[in-house]
Amino acid sequence: MSRGRFGIHGGQYIPETLMNALIELEEAYNYYKNDPAFNRELAELFCEYAGRPSRLYYAEKMTRDLGGARIYLKREDLNHTGAHKINNVLGQALLAKKMGKTRLIAETGAGQHGVATATAAALLDMECVVFMGEEDTKRQALNVYRMRLLGSEVVPVKTGTATLKDAVSEAMREWTSRISDTHYCLGSVMGPHPFPTIVRDFQAVISQEIKDQILEKEGRLPDAVLACVGGGSNAIGCFYHFIEDKDVRLIGCEAAGRGVDTFETAATIATGRLGIFHGMKSYFCQDSDGQIAPVYSISAGLDYPGIGPEHAHLHDIGRAEYVPVTDEEAVNAFEYLARTEGIIPAIESAHAVAHAMKIVPEMSRDQIVVINLSGRGDKDCAAIARYRGEDIHE
Amino acid sequence: MSNIRKAFENGKAFIPFITCGDPDLKTTEAAVRIMAERGADLIELGIPFSDPTAEGPVIQEANLRALTGGIKTDHIFDMVRSLRKDLTIPMVFMTYANVVFSYGAEKFISTCQEIGIDGLILPDLPYEEKEEFLPLCHQYDVNLISLIAPTSEDRISMIAREAEGFLYIVSSLGVTGTRSKITTDLESIIKVVRENTDIPCAIGFGISTPEQAQKMAGISDGAIVGSAIIKLLAKYGEKAPEYIGEYTESMKKGVMER
Repeated sequence: MSRGRFGIHGGQYIPETLMNALIELEEAYNYYKNDPAFNRELAELFCEYAGRPSRLYYAEKMTRDLGGARIYLKREDLNHTGAHKINNVLGQALLAKKMGKTRLIAETGAGQHGVATATAAALLDMECVVFMGEEDTKRQALNVYRMRLLGSEVVPVKTGTATLKDAVSEAMREWTSRISDTHYCLGSVMGPHPFPTIVRDFQAVISQEIKDQILEKEGRLPDAVLACVGGGSNAIGCFYHFIEDKDVRLIGCEAAGRGVDTFETAATIATGRLGIFHGMKSYFCQDSDGQIAPVYSISAGLDYPGIGPEHAHLHDIGRAEYVPVTDEEAVNAFEYLARTEGIIPAIESAHAVAHAMKIVPEMSRDQIVVINLSGRGDKDCAAIARYRGEDIHE
Repeated sequence: MSNIRKAFENGKAFIPFITCGDPDLKTTEAAVRIMAERGADLIELGIPFSDPTAEGPVIQEANLRALTGGIKTDHIFDMVRSLRKDLTIPMVFMTYANVVFSYGAEKFISTCQEIGIDGLILPDLPYEEKEEFLPLCHQYDVNLISLIAPTSEDRISMIAREAEGFLYIVSSLGVTGTRSKITTDLESIIKVVRENTDIPCAIGFGISTPEQAQKMAGISDGAIVGSAIIKLLAKYGEKAPEYIGEYTESMKKGVMER
């Protein structure tokens, strides 16, 4: 079996043109991840620039209202640029810079990863091009403006379904045409090895902090950790340091769109099957001939037909559970958290909140649940208003 | 001996690529017949994929047209069965790993043998991952074609040593599509290839004119052309085979010219 496997998943299913670039990236990463100077620099960026550690907030009103387990919110939404994406991007951009690269390219769905990459590029004086599905540039017009404001070029991708998967394909194509000065700053725990490992390592800071914070506040580990899953970077980030703690339930919340029994869904574990795509073996939504399905979710960030290979493996071995959450449930949770705690979550993160709302009332009051609030919801207000039949102009 | 070898026995080889089912399989079948008749030495049959990450816009659109027309892998197998009733020209499938994997690798590869497909080109299956399908390809006597890219450098000898059928040399960085100029130092790449294997090598990506084909075949054993043919299909639709026939003849002349 080739390198970068999680059980049977992962690997490097990528054109020969990119193989040496991936090998070079892996070698550089293996060197710098143990380099004290690199780690010091990254830790300082995390702390001084991104605002880490992010808070672990006890959601007292929500806890009281649901009447079950005690709920903590991991506030990745309070990071600079408004989501967990900045963790991975600062790590990769710094690594790329050390490798002598001068240009970053990235894909983006909701725009959070694109904004984070554009931000890191501005900070580190790098050129930046972000590929974004044309459909998503409409859904997330504000983020397109933010990326341009930060000095990046945004390329609307018109092929296929004009959403996240097409943006990934286009970024891969761009990388094969320009490798020597360019690093592909992949935004999730997906794609060919070593990306799923690199992105997971940079995001693992989330679970490290949750562990330290919950031990300080409660003196024990949580009973469950919940996160939304598209590719799965915020989820793996908040699962990682709990994988060996078998009593901690790890729950990934997939975007079911209009329901897993409809074609308008993006719930990969619920509706997909094993395949090979975008550089990895994992589960994908696809038809019987292996054509990748045009998936759907109200959330542009979860609107992806696959899932990262490490999640596929955690599912196989039963270490993590993956559950579908519909648009309707996510929108209700989005509104609920705004009213109850005065926190507007990203519609992606609202999927995790929605599932917590289902399970928390069934749990006892001495149990603890942590929900990863992966991003803030300002970007989603117009879309949610539209969902509720109200047309507002940004 | 691999049937593919025969493609390189009529002087330098001209290897056209066509996306099956663009705009429909009747047209594909007619185009294959006319290409075989007018001088093609080996035919690459593309099985469409929803997300062809190694393709430029021209072939991406051909994939989309074919899939929109409702093409299924089984329909393509049937077309090959029909072609094989009278055609002996070597034919290979070019598609993506998921098309083979998802169909069921053994079912797919054994069907290739049954219907007379000589090889398989999978651009998203590099050396490191070829074990995914290689044992089955050996079992059913289907050559798994390897690709070498301008960035392969220290990997060329490793890939060439284990290559079978023919070697597909990617002329340029980036995706498929016509190019006005090819700047890669292909001679150096092919020199290393020759030191490591005696199987033939053909150059693809970016070739569209007889002059380019002549130049590329001059330094290798043949030229592969895709996007230029797909453009004729996009332009002429069902009437394209006639134009593809003329084009094939001019390209075969190109590769043979010294």
